[in-house]
Amino acid sequence: MAKKQIMPLWFYQLASPKYCYQITSKLLPLFAGAALVLLSVGIVWGLLFAPQDYQQGNSFRIIYIHVPSAILAQSIYITMALSGAIGIIWKMKVADMVAYACAPIGASMAFIALMTGAIWGKPTWGSWWVWDARLTSMLILLFLYFGVMALYSAMENNANAARATAILSLVGLVNIPIIKYSVDWWNTLHQPATFTLTKKPAMPVEMWLPLLVMLIGFYCFFATAMMLRLRNEILRREKRAGWVKKMITKT
Amino acid sequence: MQFNTWLDFIHMGGHGFYVWLSFGVSILVLMTNIVSPWLSIKGTEKSLARKFQRESKGQ
Repeated sequence: MAKKQIMPLWFYQLASPKYCYQITSKLLPLFAGAALVLLSVGIVWGLLFAPQDYQQGNSFRIIYIHVPSAILAQSIYITMALSGAIGIIWKMKVADMVAYACAPIGASMAFIALMTGAIWGKPTWGSWWVWDARLTSMLILLFLYFGVMALYSAMENNANAARATAILSLVGLVNIPIIKYSVDWWNTLHQPATFTLTKKPAMPVEMWLPLLVMLIGFYCFFATAMMLRLRNEILRREKRAGWVKKMITKT
Repeated sequence: MQFNTWLDFIHMGGHGFYVWLSFGVSILVLMTNIVSPWLSIKGTEKSLARKFQRESKGQ
């Protein structure tokens, strides 16, 4: 008896490493090009053309890196935890590999957010670091990424490593709403959210439009970096598959 | 354009050090995230090509 298909076809197709390798070779140049254009435009716009803040002056321009990287650090964490969960539930190897590919990129984003935040804090608050709820929960996010990466490298067997790290990242998911609401729950030095889906930004349009460009650029950048890591992982793990041999020996 | 001269742009009203440091390090980290997997793919392809060559010779 044929198994009933409960998910759309593309979901099953993505489960095939070969199909995934082929589709990412088409998507990769698109996202790489978009990331390059959006980030270049956003950086030039943010540094040269956006007006300076009336209180913070030009140090405010750090926002164009700080906010997108902080949002990405959390989005990537959710992506990593969810694909880890999909890997456990459907025994999907590609989902495991996506989760594996996410960890170092997410850690880089958390690092960039913390580093730019510290540099921004110096001229604005007069201190590189304060043990404020937002900053501390973000630091915990970075450590969660480090924990996931360490767990991967500590385990030899790919399937066991995938299961263990998926559970660790799912448990760590509790930190995401803490980061998000930290500025509301506690009296923090950190300012409240710059972007929300429901409210209009508190900044003039000349300030937040380049920020939006940077944010979309960062998402495209993540897609690019993730697909590169994913493709390397597919090649490494599928080296005994016929299609890999055919592809490598042909070129 | 918010700046009149290049010197103004680099100086950033006294905040140049903070702005350029954060943009510089961030761009470096982003580039590493592209270059490092790119090099790994090239390395994997090379070692697989060698492996398949060895196997075909051994047959």
